[in-house]
Amino acid sequence: MTIRLRVNGETKEVDVDPEMPLLWVLRDVVGLAGTKYGCGEALCGACTIHIDGEAIRSCVTPARRAIDHDITTIEGLSKDGSHPLQRAWVELAVPQCGFCQGGHIMTAAALLAKRRKPTDEEIDASLAGNLCRCGTYVRIRAAVKKAAGV
Amino acid sequence: MGRIVLLRRSFLIGAGLAAAGLAVGAVPAFAEDAKPILEEHPSLFIQIAPDGVVKIVCHRSEMGQGIRSSSPALIADELGADMAKVVIVQADGDKKYGDQNTDGSHSIRGSYDTLRKIGAAARMMLVAAAAKKWGVATSACVAHDHAVHHPPTKRSLGFGALAEDAAKMPVPKSSAIALRPTSELKTKNAILPLVDGPAIVTGRATYGADVRLPNMLVAVVARPPVVGGVVAEYDASKALAVPGVRKVIKLPDATRPFGFKPLGGVAVLAAHTWAAMRGRAALDITWNAGENASYESTAYHAAMSDSLRSATGARVHSARKKGDALATLSAAAKKVEAEYHTPHLAHVAMEPLVAVAKVENGTCECWAPTQNPQAARTEVAKALGIGEDKVAVHVTLLGGGFGRKSKPDYVVEAALLAKEARVPVRVQWTREDDVRHDYYHSTSAQRFVAGLDAENRVIAWHHRDAFPSISSTFSGATFGGEGELQQGVTDLPLAIPNVLVEVCEAKAMTRIGWLRSVANIYHAFAAQTFIDEIAHARGMDPVDNALDIIGPPRIVSLEELGIASLPNYGQPLSEHPIDTARHHRVLKRAAELSRWSARKSEGRALGIAVHRSFLTYVAVVIAVKSSPEGIRVDEAWIVADPGTTVNIERVRAQFEGAVVFALGHALFGEITMKGGATVQSNFRDFRILRIGQTPRVIHVDVIANDGPSGGVGEPGVPPVAPALGNAIFALTGTRIRTLPIARSETIA
Repeated sequence: MTIRLRVNGETKEVDVDPEMPLLWVLRDVVGLAGTKYGCGEALCGACTIHIDGEAIRSCVTPARRAIDHDITTIEGLSKDGSHPLQRAWVELAVPQCGFCQGGHIMTAAALLAKRRKPTDEEIDASLAGNLCRCGTYVRIRAAVKKAAGV
Repeated sequence: MGRIVLLRRSFLIGAGLAAAGLAVGAVPAFAEDAKPILEEHPSLFIQIAPDGVVKIVCHRSEMGQGIRSSSPALIADELGADMAKVVIVQADGDKKYGDQNTDGSHSIRGSYDTLRKIGAAARMMLVAAAAKKWGVATSACVAHDHAVHHPPTKRSLGFGALAEDAAKMPVPKSSAIALRPTSELKTKNAILPLVDGPAIVTGRATYGADVRLPNMLVAVVARPPVVGGVVAEYDASKALAVPGVRKVIKLPDATRPFGFKPLGGVAVLAAHTWAAMRGRAALDITWNAGENASYESTAYHAAMSDSLRSATGARVHSARKKGDALATLSAAAKKVEAEYHTPHLAHVAMEPLVAVAKVENGTCECWAPTQNPQAARTEVAKALGIGEDKVAVHVTLLGGGFGRKSKPDYVVEAALLAKEARVPVRVQWTREDDVRHDYYHSTSAQRFVAGLDAENRVIAWHHRDAFPSISSTFSGATFGGEGELQQGVTDLPLAIPNVLVEVCEAKAMTRIGWLRSVANIYHAFAAQTFIDEIAHARGMDPVDNALDIIGPPRIVSLEELGIASLPNYGQPLSEHPIDTARHHRVLKRAAELSRWSARKSEGRALGIAVHRSFLTYVAVVIAVKSSPEGIRVDEAWIVADPGTTVNIERVRAQFEGAVVFALGHALFGEITMKGGATVQSNFRDFRILRIGQTPRVIHVDVIANDGPSGGVGEPGVPPVAPALGNAIFALTGTRIRTLPIARSETIA
């Protein structure tokens, strides 16, 4: 069936099963590939997007949940990579392979929207569900703090 | 890499270069087995257009180690190009580039001089063109800042303006290429920008699964749960009834040796990934498991343990011998004995395996996150029965590789399915597939006996080593080979007069492959833990004991090691000897930075280990503490002496990441087998480190120097697990002899 989604401020009409996880709707139907598949079971966070500003795992969230809500993906976090987290990420050269980083940034962006000056513990708790196999966690923490100015 | 640039091979070879200055007409063809002298063909790597844009090829795969931020910058540095005017072109898989297999930590150590010579050859051609134009001697000209300059007359010509004339200049012979003095190199031990950083943080970087082709179907494959198993029968009717599913295709059964061939199974092809996944779940398949169905991890370790204690005759090979260790041990005043066990590990790069292929008109084009594009090309050609010249393999960014993506079985699957389906196909492995159908890091069992004399000196060392070898995957070998034994066993400096190392037979019952740091992981864990055990048996400080066992600063000969030859990671011992002064340097530096000698008075539990691998020397100190939730890794120090680096910032990142990668393995990493099938399936049961378990501070100290380059991607991993185990012993008095540690300890 055709459902209407608002993705990064644009309305998209997509013909999908409303049970299809948003991850696959975004990647395979809408054509936004910045949201990554890493586990399919909300275990790794690579697929993190925002629905109305809340960080959610798109791999386990059916498309119907987003009808009449605002979806933001890593491509829409800023127009030009100027979100403070994106800038901090580049300045501190956080990414190695980079595959998980969009998910980390989206989780951290939702955190900073609520907690402007998070503590180390709050950062760790917020990102507890985001995995990085290259092992960039120390720089991820540093970049979140840099973006937050703490 | 931004959104994928579909660089067809014709772009590099054909008319696209007509206006590209320096590259005109100079791209050579190499015979199948000829080893190209790359520096005599600079146009393979460098194309200078009349508008001054310089294209530089990155011929190795980017998987997070930062090669795209490093090797083109090294060429540009030698050339005198301005990186702001450089476009990086990712090479397809092609033997003309020389070795492209991005593993073994040798992208820089294996090509440093060649890359410099390529840049220098092109620079000499630009200089020759300018000198001819000005009627001056080439020796009076210099190239820097994207131009050739004649300082006496203050004349300059940009690279773009010189490109066409430069292309007509003779290419210097390798022996005539003059490198810049290293003091002129701006890349040496430098901090260089991360070229793909902006694309990565905006979600615009292209990985394997992000490649889109018209009419492409997505395939998800049900593979045999046991390696070597085959489909007995299957029923696709329910799968075909899933909306979006278009086809079901049976892949050819796997045959021994497994090599890089796909495992077989049944593929469900659908309009999108979700339908393919649901379709696969609806397949009815009966498998014949085959002979590996008897593989049980617990029984296998028990058998290896028996072998370590009792194997004789043809079931044990001598790998290293000096003096008479067995006789000395029988007369020793005191003996220290220990046995260590380590499990299989999975690679679990964050990007599960994926590949895209298109087959038409007898040709095949593939897009893949591959570490090994030439092997992918060879295997695809073989599987399709066409010539390699009919196969193009384009390399995307890799969402991690760690050795798994050197094995192109998944690329071959995409090619086979694209041929059969007559449309482009993306094969998408699920995480479960990725965990269950890996080429696993080998499991191991090792037993050590050391003898002390009445003066507390270590006088004998006997090490028995059992692990299924990587060679088993390719030849069926049942003994560990020289390449694995050089990784921390035959190359281990031991200032001990009597040494015997033996390797016991261990038949592989799954696919064994190389994982970042390879056999160094289990060898360093066992040896560096055992050396710590010896320290306690001798009542010595672990650092003093380690330095005593390494012995005084010296170059260790093969004779002293008690071996006839050493692969030495493919590089000559004359250039990269085993230099114990460098072990001393990193060990002492790590002790100093971690305030090792004050640890007891400060109430801290530290463990230390040192290891040379991939020609780089690394020492690690780990601090642990108790918390109500369990043991917590508090702080880590890693000191590396890798020789000359190109991009020391990415080198530091590699060592920082290595600590996290290795802590995850040591604490939680474990693949086990039951009935021949992998027990684990996803991140819930194959656990890696999470941010909250990561030390707040990882101190990375890379000792910058001018020596020949060693590897940097892998050498950081091996000393971490023993340093952690030794720290836990310091904290709790419990010795860690079996990994992962979470089996026996509670981890916060």
